[in-house]
Amino acid sequence: MTLTFLLNGECVDAGGLPPTTTLLDWLRETRGLTGTKEGCNEGDCGACTVIVSDETGARPLNACILLLPQLQGKAVRTVEGIGGPDGGLHPVQQAMIDHHGSQCGFCTPGFIASMACAHMNGETDYDRALAGNLCRCTGYAPILRAARAAETAPVPDWMQDDPGFFLAEILSGGAEGRGAQSPPVSLHPGSTDDLARLYAAHPQATLIAGATDVGLWVTKQLRDLEMPIFLNACTDLQAVDINDTDIQLGAGLTIARLMHVIAPHHPSYAAMLRRYGSEQVRAAATLGGNIANGSPIGDNAPALIALGATLHLRHGDTRRAMPLEDFFLDYGKQDRAAGEFVEAISLPRQPDRLRCYKISKRFDQDISAVLGCFNITVEAGHVRAARIAFGGMAGVPKRAAHVEAALIGRPWTEATIDAAQSAWDQDFAPLSDMRASARYRLRVARNLLRRYFLEDQGTAISALEVRA
Amino acid sequence: MSIAKPLPHDAARLHVTGTARYVDDIPTPRDTLHLAFGLSDVACGRVTEMDLAAVRASAGVVAVLTADDLPHDADCSPSAHDEPLLCTGDVHYHGQPLFLVIADSHLAARRAARRGKLSCEEIAPIFTIDDALAADSRFEEGPRIYAKGDATAAIATAPHRVEGRIEMGGQEHFYLEGQAALALPQEGGDMVIHASTQHPTEVQHKVADAIGRPMHAVRVETRRMGGGFGGKESQANALAVASAVAAMVTGRPCKMRYDRDDDMVITGKRHAFRITYRAGFDDEGRLTGVEFVHYADCGWSQDLSLPVADRAMLHADNAYHLPTARIESHRLRTNTASATAFRGFGGPQGMLGIERVMDHVAHALGLDPVTVRRRNYYTAADGGGLSAPRASRPPESISAKKKQCTPYGQEVEDFILHEMTEALVETSGYHARRAAVAQWNARNPVLRKGIALSPVKFGISFTLSHLNQAGALVHVYQDGSVQINHGGTEMGQGLFQKVAQVAAARFGLPLETVRITATDTGKVPNTSATAASSGSDLNGMAVQVACDTIRQRMAEFLAQYHQEMPEAVSFEGGTVRVGAQQLSFAQAARLCHEHRVSLSSTGYYKTPKLAWDRIRGQGRPFYYFAYGAAVTEVVLDTLTGENRILRADIVHDCGTSLNPALDIGQIEGGYVQGAGWLTVEELIWDNAGRLRTHAPSTYKIPACSDRPEVLNVALWDVQNREETIYRSKAVGEPPFMLGISAFLALSDAVASCGTRYPALDAPATPERLLQAIERMRA
Repeated sequence: MTLTFLLNGECVDAGGLPPTTTLLDWLRETRGLTGTKEGCNEGDCGACTVIVSDETGARPLNACILLLPQLQGKAVRTVEGIGGPDGGLHPVQQAMIDHHGSQCGFCTPGFIASMACAHMNGETDYDRALAGNLCRCTGYAPILRAARAAETAPVPDWMQDDPGFFLAEILSGGAEGRGAQSPPVSLHPGSTDDLARLYAAHPQATLIAGATDVGLWVTKQLRDLEMPIFLNACTDLQAVDINDTDIQLGAGLTIARLMHVIAPHHPSYAAMLRRYGSEQVRAAATLGGNIANGSPIGDNAPALIALGATLHLRHGDTRRAMPLEDFFLDYGKQDRAAGEFVEAISLPRQPDRLRCYKISKRFDQDISAVLGCFNITVEAGHVRAARIAFGGMAGVPKRAAHVEAALIGRPWTEATIDAAQSAWDQDFAPLSDMRASARYRLRVARNLLRRYFLEDQGTAISALEVRA
Repeated sequence: MSIAKPLPHDAARLHVTGTARYVDDIPTPRDTLHLAFGLSDVACGRVTEMDLAAVRASAGVVAVLTADDLPHDADCSPSAHDEPLLCTGDVHYHGQPLFLVIADSHLAARRAARRGKLSCEEIAPIFTIDDALAADSRFEEGPRIYAKGDATAAIATAPHRVEGRIEMGGQEHFYLEGQAALALPQEGGDMVIHASTQHPTEVQHKVADAIGRPMHAVRVETRRMGGGFGGKESQANALAVASAVAAMVTGRPCKMRYDRDDDMVITGKRHAFRITYRAGFDDEGRLTGVEFVHYADCGWSQDLSLPVADRAMLHADNAYHLPTARIESHRLRTNTASATAFRGFGGPQGMLGIERVMDHVAHALGLDPVTVRRRNYYTAADGGGLSAPRASRPPESISAKKKQCTPYGQEVEDFILHEMTEALVETSGYHARRAAVAQWNARNPVLRKGIALSPVKFGISFTLSHLNQAGALVHVYQDGSVQINHGGTEMGQGLFQKVAQVAAARFGLPLETVRITATDTGKVPNTSATAASSGSDLNGMAVQVACDTIRQRMAEFLAQYHQEMPEAVSFEGGTVRVGAQQLSFAQAARLCHEHRVSLSSTGYYKTPKLAWDRIRGQGRPFYYFAYGAAVTEVVLDTLTGENRILRADIVHDCGTSLNPALDIGQIEGGYVQGAGWLTVEELIWDNAGRLRTHAPSTYKIPACSDRPEVLNVALWDVQNREETIYRSKAVGEPPFMLGISAFLALSDAVASCGTRYPALDAPATPERLLQAIERMRA
């Protein structure tokens, strides 16, 4: 198939390459555009950040784990295209010079891409916009000064890609990718129905949405993917439907969009997602991917389980639904048949009592050691209902059933929380690993229930709100 | 004049446009081959068989080399010749390079490298400091001991005593640009190497040995590194040696770059240390004697561990006069990646030992830790710098006129921390904020605050004295443009810009007239590593000498030509004045050339006054000291151990800064990196000796939001009393240790949870903090 996208304003054809070719390798090795750097090759350092735009807007993405077929019909801008065609500088480039924002310079092109994208989108929360860009030299202060200094400058003309270019719709519709020879090496369904048909026919296929996980199978495990199916053209898989009783979330929803969708209903969930990966990761990763990979440390499952979410699976034209917690059978094992995929998640509308507490070594862009999600309803001073779910505490995202039982019907007091202490050991026997010891995980899980209680009582519990 | 101006980094425009070229960005010839190491999956053992059939059969593989295939002595060690490029039979750590794959692409080489099968007679590995002590596994015959007076007796008779122990973890450099080298074979078997290295001369030496040629057959060029921090002082050797050997064997250009995970597994890190201490002190908190035992985890090879451990001993006093002291240092050999140079080079570890003692003493007496620190400071310099402002006498000074000596016998002549601390306490509002922290903690059950001040006194010079030399090569072209070259390497610190500023100032030229070129062993030979913060001190001086030689020749000729005295010739603002005559620098250069005046010169500099006996632990290892101090305030969540740095105030001494912008950059970045070492950055090995934190997904360096929300940095603008380049001071490493104040502030916050001393270990991860809080409440 042809693979067409805009690169720094120029239409390019990148067809005929293996579908697992990363944008970064293609830029550096095929196009000779070496401004975009490889720092980690796993989407954690941001040195390879580029700007990708389509009809939904512009976002920063990590080129190292972005596979070429994901770019069909989009516009890519690298550091080479952020400066003006006449050698002029973008305001963030000039500000980075003026404010001494580069030292060794290796992270700088990635910072420039993130900053130029934030600048274009009017984003001024730089802790958020730059959480996915690591710098080892400056300590970040001068970079922040530069970002602020460039804020009010207008977006240069050359940053506006032709909005009529986006080809996603034209080229979608179940195209089957072919390499130099048939049979097809990758599949590109244009709708969820297409996907259902193709996946049922090729149950050995690998589904790729954002590639923030599968990308590492390619770059780190050096795996050959059998028959990748790219989901980027299945726009109907990204649908959101909110009615009086339910919120229905399409599996193809990116974490970035999910964050916006969920914020009015469950702000603590959205605040937790603000720490999920980085801007680059959230703009690519999807809700469905985070659920379907079955990770015990995926951050969405515990929050959704605490909210009583239902999982919707589909195989061909057959659909089934189950409580989300029932999907996770054991470590690495889910209740999903070959050729069956996550189509949507739904959750009941409810008064917001949810608090999500993410514990990790580093505040931003770190995988949770423990994620505790608490949804406890108190009426007349007593616990009427409790759904408590954890990530990082077992081989699967798991409810704290014994703790819930120890709370329900009891007075909402510190004594009740103390009395529930022994229930934690019945619910969880976590592992020790590089993120935390079993002992710490259990201790923190208990303390997070105390935090929930204290927060409910109005005690200051957020270190984020403290100032010198 | 270009000196003391806050000019941007010389490559800033290249950085922001993505046009700054790093090794992996250099366009390579069409037939370039790519390399990867096959790595050991056991930590300790003797190889019985290496099955490489699948490696050789892998797509794209051109050749596979083992140690037996290497034509000459391929060693990568900077010191003891104990690091064969490829395993010669004994496996020393998990991740050790066993064989070298040469393939037609980076990816093909990586894929093939994973297909080797190692059969090994496993030997019980040594992983911890305790394992190593039990097995007496060490470098050098026994511990090094530096002593001053009878510390044991002084402690025994002191009114008060504390004792304790602190563990501190290592640190991954996490330079953003991974290690990389490119070898280009030349006619007659010569070799050109492009390497991302802090030490081109050592790469030249190691490559020459490995290809069996004299050093003159190898030219190494380094334009820049994407970060070094000590991690490319010796660790770059392996890639350059591998590339050169592969290029010799195949006759084709060869490039090697580590994938990030390989980089973190193979290369060395900061030394983890355990320090035990005993200290005796009076009612005022003045120390009478201290004993330290340092246990350094050096990993499998010697590398730079001896000077690292020495420097830890040399910073066991930090800013404090120790009337008696005994420092015992064990350099332990373990089956992990060999620990190596990292910004501070042992200094941070030694310094954290005495800062822990100060904190412990203050806690034991219920005194403000700043008061205890100031009481123990060295006495003030007589006159500070040459024209130091003497705002006020140090209030706590012991007023003795006699110069005090370090435990290793060097007189401390330039001590300026009394004034700096006074100023910092004032500008940071330390006392009022300490009271506010106490009030906050009385009101808040969950979130606790802590505040701490820590000083830095860091010794400047390589402790291996002969390394304190540098060369330069300066050309003035007939159009008046100037090209300079020196032995220092650019890793982001701004060395090239600082040195260019020196050259521009010597010729009275605008900066854009001066071009600084890639470090090149063919231009300036026999260079020392760009390390020990020495870059601008050494190379700035060498360039000044070269420039002055040319300027003197020009002046003498022009004076004669215009019948004036040489003293009547001045170089300023791009103009050369000769008495009443005036000509542009370009005209002057052309005139000199036409009259056969040499416009090219080398320059050479060696640091004066050094005399050091590392075995006796006596003498003057350091030309001077650089100083700094920081106050950090933190908040700590006592339910989880999560924490934030709320504010940091820093005052730092760069002498007369050559470039305040670049110096402040070193200070801000150093502080955050130092705080990272002691808080969020944690290296974890499993029971098989496998590094589990081998990528940024698991090893967390500070991210944007980890920087202090408020960060105030001030330069202490007093010139160096020693005759350094424009009276500036070295700045690369010293600010790293300002981060210790963040660790101490966390300890202070923990201390609010009980009455005991927290005895916090590093890194103070949320887990370790919660443990410490639980100990307080037990």
